[in-house]
Amino acid sequence: MSAPRPARAPARVAPPAAARISAPGRRAARSLLAPLALLATLLGAWEAYADVGTTSSFVLPAPHEVASSLWNNAGFIAGNLVPTAEEVVLGIALALVLGFALAVLIHFSDALRRAVYPLAVGSQAVPIAVIAPLLVFWWGFGVLPKLAVIVLICFFPVLVTTVDGLGRIERDQLKLLRTLDASRWQAFRFAELPAALPAAISGARIALAVGVIGAYIAESQTVTSGAHAGLGHEINADLAVLQTPRAYAAALVLFGLAIACFYALTLAERALAPWAAQPGGETQ
Amino acid sequence: MPALAGLSLQARHGEVLAVVGPSGCGKTTLLELICGLQSPQGGTVECEPAVLMPQRDLLLAWLSAVDNAALALRIAHVPRTRARNRAAALFAQLGLDGFEHAHPAELSGGMLQRVAFARTLLSGKPVLCLDEPFGALDAITRAEMQDWLASALASEPRTVVLVTHDVEEAILLADRVLVLSPRPGRAVGELAVPAPRPRARTDRAMVALRERALQLLARGSRDAKEPA
Repeated sequence: MSAPRPARAPARVAPPAAARISAPGRRAARSLLAPLALLATLLGAWEAYADVGTTSSFVLPAPHEVASSLWNNAGFIAGNLVPTAEEVVLGIALALVLGFALAVLIHFSDALRRAVYPLAVGSQAVPIAVIAPLLVFWWGFGVLPKLAVIVLICFFPVLVTTVDGLGRIERDQLKLLRTLDASRWQAFRFAELPAALPAAISGARIALAVGVIGAYIAESQTVTSGAHAGLGHEINADLAVLQTPRAYAAALVLFGLAIACFYALTLAERALAPWAAQPGGETQ
Repeated sequence: MPALAGLSLQARHGEVLAVVGPSGCGKTTLLELICGLQSPQGGTVECEPAVLMPQRDLLLAWLSAVDNAALALRIAHVPRTRARNRAAALFAQLGLDGFEHAHPAELSGGMLQRVAFARTLLSGKPVLCLDEPFGALDAITRAEMQDWLASALASEPRTVVLVTHDVEEAILLADRVLVLSPRPGRAVGELAVPAPRPRARTDRAMVALRERALQLLARGSRDAKEPA
């Protein structure tokens, strides 16, 4: 019985070295590795393509030109970021409130559901780029027409996800609340409202992406010029005079604004609805 | 097809009445009638206020264990702190002390069911309707919880209507066991369980009663297949 059994030997290998030295800090660094590597690859490809010289820098500026334009125009771009950020944040907040309120009304009343839902769906088919200048004619160059555009685009995802969230409470849960003598309002307050909260925030996250585009469209319709007209206006004005690197730099800041708002909503969800934040979710 | 037909039952004050029957014999309908969640198509239901403890715990994920238990008090407009204190006082009794601030996602199946039981007790209603309260638990936890409920009822007697398809559970917990036929449920027979709680599963009298209940269940199914 002395026959060697080589097939069993590899079963006793030591754990991989990386597993033994892992520490929380290291893990955090490693979780950043993949996004940074992807970003570097994309930027490298872009830089290489732009440097070959088949396209003019007016058409496609290289990343280093965009970066130096961002650096040289930091004050100007920051000045334009302020109104845009205000519009987006305020617009999303108003859309959350409006979308949530409409969802609650629809949830409580079938008549309202039949009346409001088709109009809400229809409102999403309104060509924003066409009505934005009309709103500006109507309400002037202030923040109001821009907010109206953003809210018009953004309330819809909040409305839909919140209506679904409110409807997701099980019938058995509502029966239980009834045997505990809960009124309709108390069933809403204790069960349906908290259940709908993360759904509404998810809706706001979806709304954010289109909301930033909405801000751009609304701003690009204004004829005011100068340092505080907003990033959307700045991008349009820069492209018109072939200041393409600065337009790209402004677009990059818009990009950063969207990401920052997305993570702000994730933090808000963790604070308001900690039970719904799944570890290892898409926002980790 | 009606869920129940020609069923007549009565529970005395402080009695634990178990209703045993095959799946779909209208057990849940019976409890919903008692709790006033449904109205009967015929016949009458007369009962003191009753509270339902469903098979699944149905705890609210956003509330801590103590807040879930205190839900009925909060619904009755008891101030938050007082409601919590009353629920917390019950927690020690139910073997839940130390878990007051845990959220449902952090609790085991047996603990969730205990919190649900605390919520049921704190409703203050004189009649408890338990709908297969341990049906969703694994066998080991279920046996533990049955023993635990038996001692909880021994120390704090209530009028209980316990619906189950587990004959052993019924014999272990109830003063009286009513056996139902398949849908539409009607009474096949009734067994009195005179022994004091807590009871031993392996006690000879218990085993004999279990045998008798199983015979009644089998007869109910046979009669349903061959209508007279």
